[in-house]
This record gives sequence, structure tokens and C-alpha cells, in this order.
Amino acid sequence: MIPAAFEYYRPESLQDALSLLQTHGDDARVMAGGHSLIPMMKLRMAEVPHLIDLQAIADLRGIRVDGDTVSIGAMVTQHEVIESTDLLRAAPILREAALQIADPQVRYMGTIGGNVANGDPGNDMPGIMQCLGAEFSLIGPDGTRTVAARNFFEAAYMTARTDEEILTRITFPAHAGGFAYEKQKRKIGDYATAAAAVLLTKEGGTCATASIAMTNLSDVPVWSEAAAAALDGTACDSGAIAKAMAAMDGDIDPGEDNRGPVAFKRHVAGITLSRAITRAWSRA
Amino acid sequence: MSKKMQITLTVNGETQELLAEPRELLIYVLRERLNITGPHVGCETSHCGACTVTMDGKSVKSCTVFAAQANGAEITTIEGIGSPDSLHVLQNAFREHHGLQCGFCTPGMITRATKLLEDNPNPTEEDVRFGMAGNLCRCTGYQNIVKSVLAAATELSAAKEAAE
Repeated sequence: MIPAAFEYYRPESLQDALSLLQTHGDDARVMAGGHSLIPMMKLRMAEVPHLIDLQAIADLRGIRVDGDTVSIGAMVTQHEVIESTDLLRAAPILREAALQIADPQVRYMGTIGGNVANGDPGNDMPGIMQCLGAEFSLIGPDGTRTVAARNFFEAAYMTARTDEEILTRITFPAHAGGFAYEKQKRKIGDYATAAAAVLLTKEGGTCATASIAMTNLSDVPVWSEAAAAALDGTACDSGAIAKAMAAMDGDIDPGEDNRGPVAFKRHVAGITLSRAITRAWSRA
Repeated sequence: MSKKMQITLTVNGETQELLAEPRELLIYVLRERLNITGPHVGCETSHCGACTVTMDGKSVKSCTVFAAQANGAEITTIEGIGSPDSLHVLQNAFREHHGLQCGFCTPGMITRATKLLEDNPNPTEEDVRFGMAGNLCRCTGYQNIVKSVLAAATELSAAKEAAE
């Protein structure tokens, strides 16, 4: 499988990358780890006459935990997420999720920025970032701006990022409390049939705050306020979990594909959410 | 055709300079330009791991890395791990424990396993199964591969202790 020919660039600064994007317009695309883009190029489903490799841009690297604020560079790999003791303290859900993405070799190359910016409904980090209330920093010809993860995803492969912009960092508040990312997949390395991200806090034996997001059950990740509200003030007992499952079911919109028919996906979504709530509660 | 670019790679400790199109995949640069045929082309879709090499300290599938991306990198293939006269502990363990049948996946398996044991010298069986999940074998059913990696880990740890 040989992709179409392209010109290759490895800029060392964001400014250089941005000016390459401006010069080549629609013919240019940035690449992070390449593990979504390269397979598409090999199949010739993506043609990128000017390929801008972001690997040499130092500003896109690094994990910073500053008090209660966590900031992750777009080029941080899934492997680095797994290895980071800072992240394990500040947002342990990320390690739990990253370990369920692809396989070791792919995690060495695949990046957190690529995972969210690609807008693939099958990717795991978009839902987790919605669950965490993350903000995405974008840089473009007109400067920088931030977009909330909960407003970023518009449709499959369509996001609020414009073609001239580069995702630089992901920022979110550290989370102390119960957490879980439960993913059902057909085999290691597969995308989710359904997956659930749950964050919650406990006060005096009941749930004080909750945030719930679902993966690969719509064109975009689904942050379900109704499901989280069903847990508020409860002890996350089976009745509360059933209400959260029903509320979540009203927010998702799965389609039939080779991972199963709609009814099956709704069933799996419920099971993953129920398991995720139970595990998060046990850790709260 | 795009124009070729100068690529410098350090492969198994040797500096290699060559001209390649940016779109060429690292696996083909290794196999067809440098005649390093240990890493195999299995699925060519980043699933099977037969093309696994170590690039700048990471296990990667060289079918999903462009030559241009690898420019400047240090790469280790199975040829840099052991030789017929001097097998690596892992290679010997695969032989002893029947960790291969047809052998097609073995270079990728062993290249990945060297990195796995470097990061985690005392893995549990579960660690090995999880850490080798990016490498597929169609013959052995994995039992003997896992056994081989665990045996090599024990031997390497014992050798390290004896040396200390």
C-alpha cells in the first residue's frame, strides 16, 4: 500500500507550521503520531500533498500539573500519559483510558492531541475530555483561542478547529474523587462498541457531583447531563444506576455497523455505564 | 512522484544515508533499500506487529511510519538484538520453549519483547500478555510465546543479580 506522493515538512516552531498551513491551504495537513492519518493515506482515502509533521515542535510537548490545573501538550503520546505519575495523581481516569487504547506500539506513537482533534467518533479521549470539562487551545493566523471540549465536536471528523488552526494544548481541572473508564470492545486494539467515562465525588455517603460521557454511540461523544443528574444526592445504588442508564439511553444515538445492531449497542452502553458508575463509586 | 530526500538513520548502531521519497514506509526502507529483512511485512495495516522495530526507544510498527518521519532516528531491528552465533536470551528462550512455529511473527515478537523486558524486567504473565498485545501469531496460540518471554525474564534477572 503506497500513499500518493507528498512534500514533507518538519517545522520546529508553531509559527513555521502555521505559515506552511497558510501557504498550502487545503493541500496541507498537520500530522501528530500519524496512526490515524497514515493508514488513511495508505488506502488513498486521504490525500495530503503537503504533510506537516509536528514531531519537532517543543511547545506541543509536556504534561504540566500546576496546583489544580492540568495541561497536556497535544503531542504527548498515550504511552507518556500512561507513564506520568503527575497525571496519575491529578486525573487517573486518563491512565485507565489510555491503557484501553490500541496496543503498546500504537500507544508509543499515538498522541492525545491527535486522538481528540481527528474527531473520530471511535476515539476514546474526546468523551473523557468532555467528562473532565477540558478546554482545547487552538492557535491560528489570528492568534489563540480556547474551545470547550463539550462544544468542540460537531459531527464525525468535523470539529470546531478550522483548517488553518493547530490544537496546541488540553487543559482541565484536576479531579479528586471516584473515576472509571469502562470500554467494551471486540478485541484488543479495537474501537469501542460502547464505552463510558464516569467521574464523581462523594460527600456524607451520597454523590455530590457527577459527570458522565459516552464513546462511539453517536457521531460525536455524548456528555450526558441527564445521566449525571440521576446520580446527584443518591448513594449510587441500583435504583439510581438504572435511572442514569435510562437517562443516558435518551441521549445516545448509535448506528448499526459491524460492531452490532442498534439494540445491542444500547444494551452494551447501559452495561458499560452501570459498571463504570459502580467502579467510580467504589473509588470515591 | 515527489522528489527524494536525504534520509539519515542509525540502524543497529550503523549510520545509513540514503535517498528516499517521503512517502516510503520505514519497513520498506529497511527491507528493500538497506537489505535488513528481519522485520517482516505481515498485515501492513499496523495490526500484526511483524514489522516491529525499536525507534528512539519506542516499539513501533514500521509499516505505519514514513521514511521522512524516521529521518534522524536510531533504530534497532532483530538483526541488532542477536545473531545466529550469539543468540539473545529471548531468542534462545523462544527456541527452548517452542515460542515459534513458522517463525514469521518471531522477529517482531522478540523485538517487542526486548523493549517490554527493558521497561519491566519482572513481568507477570498478565503483563506479558498485555505488553505483547500488539503482536499477532497465527500458529502457536500464544501459550509458548508467553512462556518464552517469562523464561527469558527470569534468566535475564538472574544474570543481572549475579553480576551485581
